[in-house]
Amino acid sequence: MTVLLALAAAVLFATGTWLLLQRRLSRIIVGLGLLGHGANLVLITAGGRRGTPPLIGESEPSTFADPLPQAMALTALVITFGVTAFLLAMGFRSWQLTHDDEVEDDIEDRMIGRAGRPDDAVDDELAAQRAQAEEDAS
Amino acid sequence: MKQLRIVDTSVRVLYHSIFVLSLYFLFAGHNQPGGGFAGGLTAGAAISLRYIARGVGSVRRAFPVQPWTILGSGLLLSATVAIVPLLLGGAVLEHDDVTVELPLLGTVKATTALPFDIGVYLLVLGLTLMAFEAFGDEPEPDSDLAADGEAAS
Amino acid sequence: MNALVALPLALPLLGAAVSVVLGRWRPVQRLVTLAVLATSLVISVVLVVRVEREGIQVSQAGGWPAPFGISLVVDRLSAVMLVVSSAMLLAVALFAIGEREGEGRHVGFHPVYLVLAAGVAGSFVTGDLFNLFVCFEMMLVASYVLITLGGRPDQIRAGMTYVVISLVASIAFVTVLGLVYSATGTVNMADLSTRIPELDGALRTGFAVLLLGVFGIKAGLFPLFSWLPDSYPTAPGPVTAIFAGLLTKVGVYAIIRTQTLLIPEGSRPDVLILVVAGLTMVIGVLGAIAQDDMKRILSFHIVSQIGYMVFGLGLFTVAGLAGAVFFLANNIVLKTSLLLVAGIVDRFAGSCRLSETGGLVRRAPVVAVMFGLPALSLAGLPPFSGFVAKLGLVDAGVSSEAWAITAVSLAVSLFTTYSMTKIWAGVFWGERDRTPSRTAHTSDRFGAPPLMLIATGAVVAMSLAIALFAGPLWDLAERIGADLVDPSGYVEAVLGGDS
Repeated sequence: MTVLLALAAAVLFATGTWLLLQRRLSRIIVGLGLLGHGANLVLITAGGRRGTPPLIGESEPSTFADPLPQAMALTALVITFGVTAFLLAMGFRSWQLTHDDEVEDDIEDRMIGRAGRPDDAVDDELAAQRAQAEEDAS
Repeated sequence: MKQLRIVDTSVRVLYHSIFVLSLYFLFAGHNQPGGGFAGGLTAGAAISLRYIARGVGSVRRAFPVQPWTILGSGLLLSATVAIVPLLLGGAVLEHDDVTVELPLLGTVKATTALPFDIGVYLLVLGLTLMAFEAFGDEPEPDSDLAADGEAAS
Repeated sequence: MNALVALPLALPLLGAAVSVVLGRWRPVQRLVTLAVLATSLVISVVLVVRVEREGIQVSQAGGWPAPFGISLVVDRLSAVMLVVSSAMLLAVALFAIGEREGEGRHVGFHPVYLVLAAGVAGSFVTGDLFNLFVCFEMMLVASYVLITLGGRPDQIRAGMTYVVISLVASIAFVTVLGLVYSATGTVNMADLSTRIPELDGALRTGFAVLLLGVFGIKAGLFPLFSWLPDSYPTAPGPVTAIFAGLLTKVGVYAIIRTQTLLIPEGSRPDVLILVVAGLTMVIGVLGAIAQDDMKRILSFHIVSQIGYMVFGLGLFTVAGLAGAVFFLANNIVLKTSLLLVAGIVDRFAGSCRLSETGGLVRRAPVVAVMFGLPALSLAGLPPFSGFVAKLGLVDAGVSSEAWAITAVSLAVSLFTTYSMTKIWAGVFWGERDRTPSRTAHTSDRFGAPPLMLIATGAVVAMSLAIALFAGPLWDLAERIGADLVDPSGYVEAVLGGDS
């Protein structure tokens, strides 16, 4: 059982990481979801062997499964869920603004990367890119 | 939004039953599986069904109060229940219970964890409603979206 | 009973709830925010006094004894961090109310800001690794909303990077938690402190490195910092200030807490920490040199200064940790004040690019003074507080005979001075080369509305006060250092005896 869970976690981590490295926000969000599930599986596996539901009065306490990792996984799940919802909202907003959900480069950073050329050329290009960004926005 | 009769009729039947189920989860949560969070999510599922069947307008009409008021009062209730024991000289989140005999219902055990759970329930419910409020509308024409973007920025 | 221990976490949450319910009335929201943050400040000061007099304050949530329940612990380090953070949160709230940009337009600002305050306070008081995660998340989720407040395209772009990176760090944290739990069967930090030494040596070092990596992303350590200078400058002025002042520092606090409390001597990755510290300092300061935007220069300096704090930690001596803690607290104040000034400049001149501003020393002399003082302090010139902090670290480095890192830290100081001079020359002296695209608010008499100036002035005054009371504060820092080197008092306070 534990081996199976560990394998599942490994597959989730691998696919999640691959999706995370894409440029489209929609894929990144799916990737993060998979990574989150992988992490939660690790947390569940940390609880050790399976047992009966830890409800007092239903079975012997000695056969109980460890409830703490489950509680922690639930909390982590809720948090991941909330953040994923927020990311989706942001992707929606980005699509509204640019009709695209690609995660873009930092223009400022690109410009500094090209520093060393004559200032005027850099300034012109920066201005052009900003005008483009504003045009996209409106 | 195009309405499908089968969906519409099933939701008519299911909507209220799911809500009752969510309340059951809320009250059973003390020493059985359930609780405010599970209950709130179930209620959220009921709302999603209503949204699918009849659109965001119907969801808005179903709740006369603003979503953030529901969310805020839930948080307020939970936070108050967490803090009150401090004023009484206990620790944060410390709970007490009381067992009463009620006519018709028999022995009822009520705990202070219940208001906390109700707060959580309202919080989750408010959050679901807010999500539909924010993203539930039909996609609008582009010009409106751009104007909206200007207004928000 | 230690009711006070839970209040810095619970009060802002309660305030956030009230703020949501009363969202229609902005003045009421403002009042709630200020009242809650002011009360938190008072409580934090009382906590410092209590910890000094009576020792570590512990509260077990729900009345369940440790390690089964959730422990809230305030030791000297937590108490000092609470005081500094609540003072900054209060000042920045005042600034935001004075500016009326994001705060005035969005119903959500006040509740979310209070949730951020609760998350920060919670991270400092929790005695439980899992609740550290929960409080971190509370803080981060609030920060996601604040950083995208307004929804401008560049904010959305920067916000995406920020959210994705933070979420990856959180997922890594959950994974590490799972591994720690499966090895030890507990997440209570005091309990972990007694159990981790029983583990295999390789496992101990492994956990130390994993925890360093997880919190390193949040703190902005080399090579995990590249998200920071990209995302912080795009947020509204006061939001950038509070992020720069507090968020990464909470990460540093978590690094200091976990490395000293959880990891026993001998398994600590001290050489790794020192190498990372040196690289963080150097790369951060070099990154700042090329920038043209005041906020971006300051953001790269956040990274560079994180290196100093981790340098103090890496020595693992009383003097080194004292220096790290003093530097940490002092840096929160300095960075907040500098970015508040950047917010004022941005509003006054319509831009905070060096090429699009100039001559502010004549047009807004008050603002120039409020930039000059903390900038000199950040560069580490006497008699300012930054000098005391750096002197403490260098002294600790010399007495531990860590020559290389000490030399690096001194060299980086020179570059910091250069960057501050560059901002001064670009923003406050000379003329602007280009007209900014946005409109400037030059109508105010002293460069900004009075409330913004008062808030910024208060933070600058606090940094001067640190210099003035450097003696007693350094003694306090040394006591904190001693606590951290020998965490047995912490463990005893949490596990022994119910309070």
